[in-house]
Amino acid sequence: MNIRDRILYFLDLHRNGLTVLALSLLLAVYPLAYGNPYILGLTNLIGIYTIVVLGLNLFIGYAGQISLGHAAFFALGAYGSAVLTVKWGVWPWPAIALVALATAMVALLVGIPALRLHGHYLAMATLGFNIVIYTVLVQWDELTGGPSGFAGIPALSFGAWQFDSDLKLHYLVWTAALICLMLGLNLVRSGVGRGLAALAGDEVAARSLGVDTRRAKVKVFVLSVVLASLAGSLYAHTFGFVSPDTFGIFASVDFVTMVVVGGLGSVWGSLFGAALLTWLPEFIDVFESYKDIIHGLILVLVLLFLPKGLVTGLIDLSRVRLARWRQRRA
Amino acid sequence: MTQDFLQFIFSGLTSGAIYALIALGFCVVHNTMGIVNFTQVDFVSLGGMLLYSALFSVGLSMPIALLAAVFGVSLVAMFVERVGIRPARSTDPLVLIFLTIGLSIILRGVMALLWGKNRMAVPSLTSDDPLRLLNAAIMPQTLWILALTAIAIALLAWFYRRTRLGLMMRAVATNPRAAAVVGLPLGRVRMLTFGLAGALGGLAGVLVTPITTLSHDVGVLLGLKGFAAAILGGFGSLPGAIIGGLGLGLLESLSAGYISSAYKDVCAFVVLLLVLFVRPKGLMGR
Repeated sequence: MNIRDRILYFLDLHRNGLTVLALSLLLAVYPLAYGNPYILGLTNLIGIYTIVVLGLNLFIGYAGQISLGHAAFFALGAYGSAVLTVKWGVWPWPAIALVALATAMVALLVGIPALRLHGHYLAMATLGFNIVIYTVLVQWDELTGGPSGFAGIPALSFGAWQFDSDLKLHYLVWTAALICLMLGLNLVRSGVGRGLAALAGDEVAARSLGVDTRRAKVKVFVLSVVLASLAGSLYAHTFGFVSPDTFGIFASVDFVTMVVVGGLGSVWGSLFGAALLTWLPEFIDVFESYKDIIHGLILVLVLLFLPKGLVTGLIDLSRVRLARWRQRRA
Repeated sequence: MTQDFLQFIFSGLTSGAIYALIALGFCVVHNTMGIVNFTQVDFVSLGGMLLYSALFSVGLSMPIALLAAVFGVSLVAMFVERVGIRPARSTDPLVLIFLTIGLSIILRGVMALLWGKNRMAVPSLTSDDPLRLLNAAIMPQTLWILALTAIAIALLAWFYRRTRLGLMMRAVATNPRAAAVVGLPLGRVRMLTFGLAGALGGLAGVLVTPITTLSHDVGVLLGLKGFAAAILGGFGSLPGAIIGGLGLGLLESLSAGYISSAYKDVCAFVVLLLVLFVRPKGLMGR
């Protein structure tokens, strides 16, 4: 091997690690250049959504299941943290862990029977769960503040040092998001992850090859719910205010859109999908009344022409192009 | 006491009939194409919108406006199938479900653009003076809803059993490949199936919007309850859709009456989830 081949081999072998490293550097430096609090608020939101979308993508893209109710688990995380810290005076950090644990219990309770269902039935069950949670958030106003929301959630802190500015929160949120992304990347290439990918491909075949599909589905469901709950807690502490509108069924549909646009079963796609669909409304602010149509068009066009999502689809497309170009040169 | 009970039963049957119509639309498409068509939700709103325009912008009389609205929704549904679903290269049910969700978002956006986001009112089919039956007040619209739903169901049964097109749809539903082999035009049958589903959804919208108010997203919750009704009855089963619809409607109005009106949706969906956990294929599912 000559030097060039060696470098290329090194790059290819460590592509995930290097991408994570580059992304971390970029994220560490960029707020120093662009300290605009509005932009930082937006990127913080992207970081939080990335965590939800990553979890949902593991469930949809890898396990091949449908959830149209992930906003409900996001809500349980956010409202759980809010209620525990404000009403019951629990410290924020242990509250996050407690809420994640409790949400995982709810997920087990809902998931074990629900994951016996297939396709449409599962879509309905998760959708129904979301509507139930949303209605409870709106109606139980002594606890949740009702339709007007729940304000005054304290910021996270280490001792007296508080995460109270957008800049500080940027580092907190993106550290969490990067840890989750790395977790996702590693999980996908582990034995469990390969089992899940097999499950998405063909459930019967996966079972005959020794994957315990029922347990695998429940496990990945709980994992994705825990990620949604963590992101919810982060959301509550980042913005200090939660209201039911953030957690309705349309939010669940938005999360699914982010997964699909980014790419089913693509960890980096989760980041891309969350970023694109959170940024986009800012870009098309002028076309306020066309917002929904553009949103829907993106989803439909991606599904029609690149069913694997933008990231995976474009990578595949460029691979094909590259191979053809090489063939022609040879 | 009995008077209240009767009142709840009637309001339950009314909304149940609407859910049943929407659920039938879901099942009709599912049987021929094997997908969940979430645009069904918007056919309901579109029915109300077209009725509104036919009455007030075009100035048609009520019966003609009603027919025009239902027919219009049916045309839009066929258009959606032709440009939105048929070009899909994937047969993955996951992709197709998300595709209909995307189309539904677009339809809702277009409706908001054309008719605005304000709430509007549509008049009932006939007068609004309540009739009295055993001390319970019944709106004439309730009777219209029950009667027209019954007629629509009877027509649907006749259509599937006696007409050539209905038999073609059943053939495609049973085995698409075999149907194509004997020369049935798959694409056209599927498009007409969408038209049928659109007509059912549009009828539901035309009938329900005088009771609720009309807006571009009025169909979302109604449509999702229709989906829930179809699931409750066993997805794809037509009798199941009717039973599921009426069951869900009654459940909702009785729990609103005797337990809590704020949590009526919660009651309905919790029962739905429990039924699914006991019978994962729904009540009449195969």
